[in-house]
This record gives sequence, C-alpha cells and structure tokens, in this order.
Amino acid sequence: MTLTIRYFAWMREHTGTDLETVDLPDGVARVGDLVPHLATISDGHALALQNLQVVRVAVNRAYGDLDTPVAAGDEVAFFPPVTGG
Amino acid sequence: MTVRVQSEDFDVGAESRALQAETVGGIALFVGTVRGLSSDDGVTAMVLEHFPGMTEGELERIEAEARARWPLEDVTIIHRVGRLLPGEQIVLVAAASAHRRAAFDAAQFIMDFLKTDAPFWKAEERGDDRRWVEARDSDSTARGRWSE
Repeated sequence: MTLTIRYFAWMREHTGTDLETVDLPDGVARVGDLVPHLATISDGHALALQNLQVVRVAVNRAYGDLDTPVAAGDEVAFFPPVTGG
Repeated sequence: MTVRVQSEDFDVGAESRALQAETVGGIALFVGTVRGLSSDDGVTAMVLEHFPGMTEGELERIEAEARARWPLEDVTIIHRVGRLLPGEQIVLVAAASAHRRAAFDAAQFIMDFLKTDAPFWKAEERGDDRRWVEARDSDSTARGRWSE
C-alpha cells in the first residue's frame, strides 16, 4: 500500500523532507500503525515522531488522530500544534 | 466570502470598503501584527508556514461555522505567510452584519478558531537564532469558551 506523507514546521526540519511516498506492508490500517514504519526511515524521522502527544495528524487534509483509518493513495500529514494568527 | 492565504500585504481600508453594502450596519475588523520589541522579547522577524489546501479549507470551515451562528452578510479572512518583520500585518478577520453584536462576536469567534485549528506555524527569529513558536494553552481556552 502506497501513501503520501507530509511533514510541516519542526517535523519537516527533523525528517529533512516535506513530502515522501512510502510503501507499507499489509496490516497498516490506521495512522497509528504507520508511525513505527516511518520512524525507521531515518534518525530524524524517529526524533520527529518520538512524542506523538505533541503531534497533530490530518488524513486527506481533514484532522484525524492515531485511530483514523488509512487506505492506499491517502495523504497523511504530521505537524505540530498550530500557531497562526 | 473571501478566504486568502498570501505573502503580500493587505489594505485594511480596501477590504473594509469591499464589505460595505446596504444590508450591512456594521463591520468588525481584527488586524493581527508581528509583535517585536516588547519588554524582554527581541524578535527580529517571524516566518510563517502553512499547509496549502488544508489551511484554506479549515478557514472556510470556520467561516461557515460563524455564519451558522450569527446573521452575517459577509466575511473576509486574509492570512499572510512567509517572512514578516515586527509591526507588519499578519492576519485580517472582518465580519459584516446588519448589527454590531453579530459582527463583533463573529470576528472574535473566527480568530479564536483560527488560532487553534488553521494549519499555520510561526518561527521567531532573534538575530541568527530561529525557533518554532509553541502552541499556547490560553488559545485552547479561548476556543473552548464558545462551546459553553
């Protein structure tokens, strides 16, 4: 299953990428299942994803959480709590 | 209804005039600016990042929620991104209604939700040092009061 992953703000800086395509094994059904796979990509990925308490998630540009289901072709974004305005 | 995310500055007067109409009795405007040299804080610039597509979608959703709560004639939300200097304008929220209370309340509601829900991230520069701003609990509290 192929997914598009996006990172913003300090998560983008830690992972060194704003956009990547990842191929995941069967059994990845929810955002939370993705994380252990993403964390193996690099030390920076592991650092960015080490504390999921402070990370927000969007699936196909709608807010979700670690329980949100994912399917092939979805875009999953990880980012810190927002600080606009 | 206008939602724009842009690097260029905006003209508050022109945006306000654009909301004037015979059915409008009041326009409430909020302009957020880059706070620089306040007391011990020496911010030399602010860099703003967003999530193209999702950010506009969230702003439109917040605007629709405001319209569902108050009788609004029109709403404008403009948020800048990129590198901004102290004193520069960051955000404009303008709500036009037949009566002032709806305009005031809607503008405040939109700002409170924008702060907690719209995907924007700020990094503060102090000389050569650059740090991501952390989310504030007080912003979540401000948002929460609308559900009381």
